[in-house]
Amino acid sequence: MLTITCPFCGPRNETEFVHGGPLRVPRPNDPQALSDTEWVAYLTITENPLGLVKEKWWHVRGCGEWVTIERDTRSHDVHTKQEPAGE
Amino acid sequence: MQKYSIASLARNALSQHKNWQQAWRSPPLKPEYDVLIIGAGGHGLATAYYLAHNHGIRNVAVIEKGWLGGGNVARNTVTIRSNYMRDESIPFYVKSVSLYDNLTKDLNYNLMYSKRSMIDVVQTYPRLRNIRRRMLTMDIYGSTYHQISERELRKRIPALTGGGPDSRLPIIAGMVHPDAAVCRHDAVAWGYARSADDHGVEIHQNTEVTQLLKSADGAITGVETNRGRIRAKKVAVAVSGHTTTLTDTIGLKLPLQSFNLAAFVSEPVKPVIDVVVNCPDIGVYLSQSDKGELVIGGAPDAGQSFRRDIKQNVFEDAVASMLELFPAFKRLKLLRQWGGTLDIAHDATPIVSKTAVPGLYVSAGWWGGFKAIPAGGFTLAHLIANNEPHALIEPFSLQRFDSLDFILESGTTTAR
Repeated sequence: MLTITCPFCGPRNETEFVHGGPLRVPRPNDPQALSDTEWVAYLTITENPLGLVKEKWWHVRGCGEWVTIERDTRSHDVHTKQEPAGE
Repeated sequence: MQKYSIASLARNALSQHKNWQQAWRSPPLKPEYDVLIIGAGGHGLATAYYLAHNHGIRNVAVIEKGWLGGGNVARNTVTIRSNYMRDESIPFYVKSVSLYDNLTKDLNYNLMYSKRSMIDVVQTYPRLRNIRRRMLTMDIYGSTYHQISERELRKRIPALTGGGPDSRLPIIAGMVHPDAAVCRHDAVAWGYARSADDHGVEIHQNTEVTQLLKSADGAITGVETNRGRIRAKKVAVAVSGHTTTLTDTIGLKLPLQSFNLAAFVSEPVKPVIDVVVNCPDIGVYLSQSDKGELVIGGAPDAGQSFRRDIKQNVFEDAVASMLELFPAFKRLKLLRQWGGTLDIAHDATPIVSKTAVPGLYVSAGWWGGFKAIPAGGFTLAHLIANNEPHALIEPFSLQRFDSLDFILESGTTTAR
């Protein structure tokens, strides 16, 4: 199980959180300005590395804060200092 | 190929079982093949078999980084079924079930194939509506679903004693899918491997691909492995969760993410459940193997993962859910668990397709790929041989993403 550090509550067990999916690149301001290929890539492609992914977790059974963490998909090690997701 | 039969069993018994032939060869690796298939799992081996058997393409090598059949074909819950949602999906799975029905004979290999219904235990009305809608679509394509009452459901599954009127989610009804079956997972890999080998296909284990190779004009030329370079004008990737690991090596981005899905078995007990029980509202499914073990699966781990173990909280969720409906199983000891890495496409429908790299084919996104092995191999072989998709997999091409024609199948697999 992961230990996720909530900026409010400190290190807490994963079971207090709900997975909020990978951190996505910001939605383009003007989709019409993109080429079809770029638009399809924005909508469908998510990096799938053997290594670090950035993802959001919601501390729903705690303080309700959203947290972004960097996690290794091979070891589940949480690598970076967690920070609020900001959205 | 030595034919397996009751007579061959008796003959070999008389000679102390010393004269059984090897099921497949271990030939030396050649520098070039007509077709190279990466991944000696169910899909890779089935593709090799159908390439040789249906299309006469025999200069084929299947290369595998570990051992034959050691990936997800050994890491699933062996459920074979066709109760899907979309018009594009159902005919494909109906074909797969029908190929499974005759596979023991076709491969002359005992798959221990056991036709048994799958029964959904329905505990919410939205779920009931969803399944009834699937029933109407499935009816068009020759797959079957029918509703039974709670009373009939408990008669069919006597161990189902939870989910009464006072429970958190009282049982509303059951939905029966009579086409479902289970079989011995290893036998599928071994049966296809043996028949493919008999047709001249080479299987190379412990051969790990480190890099796909393409020429200056962008076409695939072969692969780099830990045993050296292998050239081929046609390369098929059938490696489940690690598809993007390979396609990333030539800068090809695919709409796939990898997840961990795990299962576990109990100690063997006397026959107690003779169907595949699926409980979609609480996210657990189980069946009983021929050995008597209950084979139990739950929901996937939430985030992207390349692990093959099971997280304690995922495991506890599945067990707690099961005990709500089957309180008597509280006394069972659990023997072992396993997990696999699966990739799921953006719309939860598989990808069997040509790619932007000429000569490179992918078969991926098989969330629930065990049931799809025969039809997946059958259609991928057709695609490789003709460079044009079989009608059954035309909708599964990568082009569907270009036109945003998603085939949304989430909810019909364990990918919730």
